[in-house]
Amino acid sequence: MRPRADPDKNRWASRAVQALFLIALISFWYFLTASGRVSKILLPGPGPVLYELTDVLETGEFVSDLLITLTELAVAFTISTVSGIVIGYLISRSPYLIKVFEPLLAGVYAIPIILFLPLYVLLFGLGMPSKFALGATISFFPIAMNTIAGFGHVDKVFITSARSMGASNFQMFRYVLLPAAFPVIVTGLRMGFTVALLAILGSETIASLAGLGHQIVHFSESMDMARMFAYITFAVAIAAFLNAVVSTLETKGKS
Amino acid sequence: MTGEVAVRVRGVSHQFGEQGDARFVRALLDTSLDIRRGELMCLIGPSGCGKSTLLSIMGGLMEPSSGTVEVGSQPVRGPMPKEIAFVFQENALFPWSTVIENVDLGMMFQGVGKAEREKRARQCLAAVGLKDFADYYPGQLSGGMRQRAALARALSLETGILLMDEPFGALDEQTRMVLGEDLSVLLSRTDKTIVFVTHSLGEAVFLADRVAVFSARPGSIKEIIEIDEPHPRKPDFITSEKFTRIRNQLYALLHDEIRKAVSQSAMGGDVAGAKS
Repeated sequence: MRPRADPDKNRWASRAVQALFLIALISFWYFLTASGRVSKILLPGPGPVLYELTDVLETGEFVSDLLITLTELAVAFTISTVSGIVIGYLISRSPYLIKVFEPLLAGVYAIPIILFLPLYVLLFGLGMPSKFALGATISFFPIAMNTIAGFGHVDKVFITSARSMGASNFQMFRYVLLPAAFPVIVTGLRMGFTVALLAILGSETIASLAGLGHQIVHFSESMDMARMFAYITFAVAIAAFLNAVVSTLETKGKS
Repeated sequence: MTGEVAVRVRGVSHQFGEQGDARFVRALLDTSLDIRRGELMCLIGPSGCGKSTLLSIMGGLMEPSSGTVEVGSQPVRGPMPKEIAFVFQENALFPWSTVIENVDLGMMFQGVGKAEREKRARQCLAAVGLKDFADYYPGQLSGGMRQRAALARALSLETGILLMDEPFGALDEQTRMVLGEDLSVLLSRTDKTIVFVTHSLGEAVFLADRVAVFSARPGSIKEIIEIDEPHPRKPDFITSEKFTRIRNQLYALLHDEIRKAVSQSAMGGDVAGAKS
């Protein structure tokens, strides 16, 4: 019989392959630019980008834009969390409302909501408020849908047995419905957070006054490509960091 | 055993859906039954005969289409957590709470004070043999241990009446046997009135003071058999001539009803949501 693969060993093996892949990608980028086959104006090599990135970090010029992006994210996510959970909970109280709204929300969520950005810019201006609105709109859907799924599909036997033991409405909510729904809602929050971040960075590159996305477009338009890539790298790192934090919180919240 | 009646069921009928509906099912028809104080009554019958429905109606979890149920001398209109506790078929423990938290929550819902809850929870877990598993989550336990925990939760409520809806139904034969023996020992020490729904003839004969045999749907009680054997029952009761005789008697009573029930469901008469 073949011995079973050690999961830990497997994990390190796949980590190594992932690292190799990144190294290969950066080497490819380096040789492509070093060979002179692509214009250095359009695609600077890894060296200059790293130099610019260091400069951005040392001067601290990113701080105000980062704060703006994070503020937009925080406000949008707070609005969608509160409204998504409240509305989702209210819908979940009635099987009829679930039947009406579950497919409706799923349908609206499937359309690219970023298309509303021009409208939001007209309504709320180029500044932060249009990003609050767009981020909140987009992240509302996964949060509301998961709240409905969480509260609306609690196993009946839990409710019946709590009722037989005399649980009050509050106790039913606090000790049965909430813990049953919680993991599903947390997943919705994580999904909502991810799409809010995407929408906010994306909309900053389309129409904005400031923020990380705005800086990327600003340097692209002034043909300062190395600095643009430095900002892209920075934004990607921030996004990866935030998503990792949220995923960790999700796993913790569920256990 | 005194002749006092703990639960009085009078002319209870129940149907799911409306007449003419595709999903219309008449589950129970004009059922009357007296459960005596302190006895263990088993309800046995073919699938879909309404025995679990009757149990839910007795416990106030369901309102009958017609008829009445009285506990003591009070009519049952809803759950009576001070008088009646339930043990369900499976997985009625909250998976997000540990075993002891589950037991604690039941008493908290019922309105027991904190110090008293802690004491009773420990006692009841010890009584079902789960003293060392208090801090485990239900998902970490075997099916048999989960049902022991559910039993501890029900016992901790210290109700006079215990309604058990196929509590060992999802367990394998051997676990079932051991749990049955332990239950018999445990219950011989209390004066609880118990109604126990089961599919298993052996389980019914082993545990019950009386067995109510249901007819096929729409269910009503066909016959009640007395089993005059003191509790706690010993394992060698199972191999006795008496056990076999009563079991065969039950089998004969049930056989035709089961045939009827099977042909009902073969004709498409079985409907989800109208579980036994």
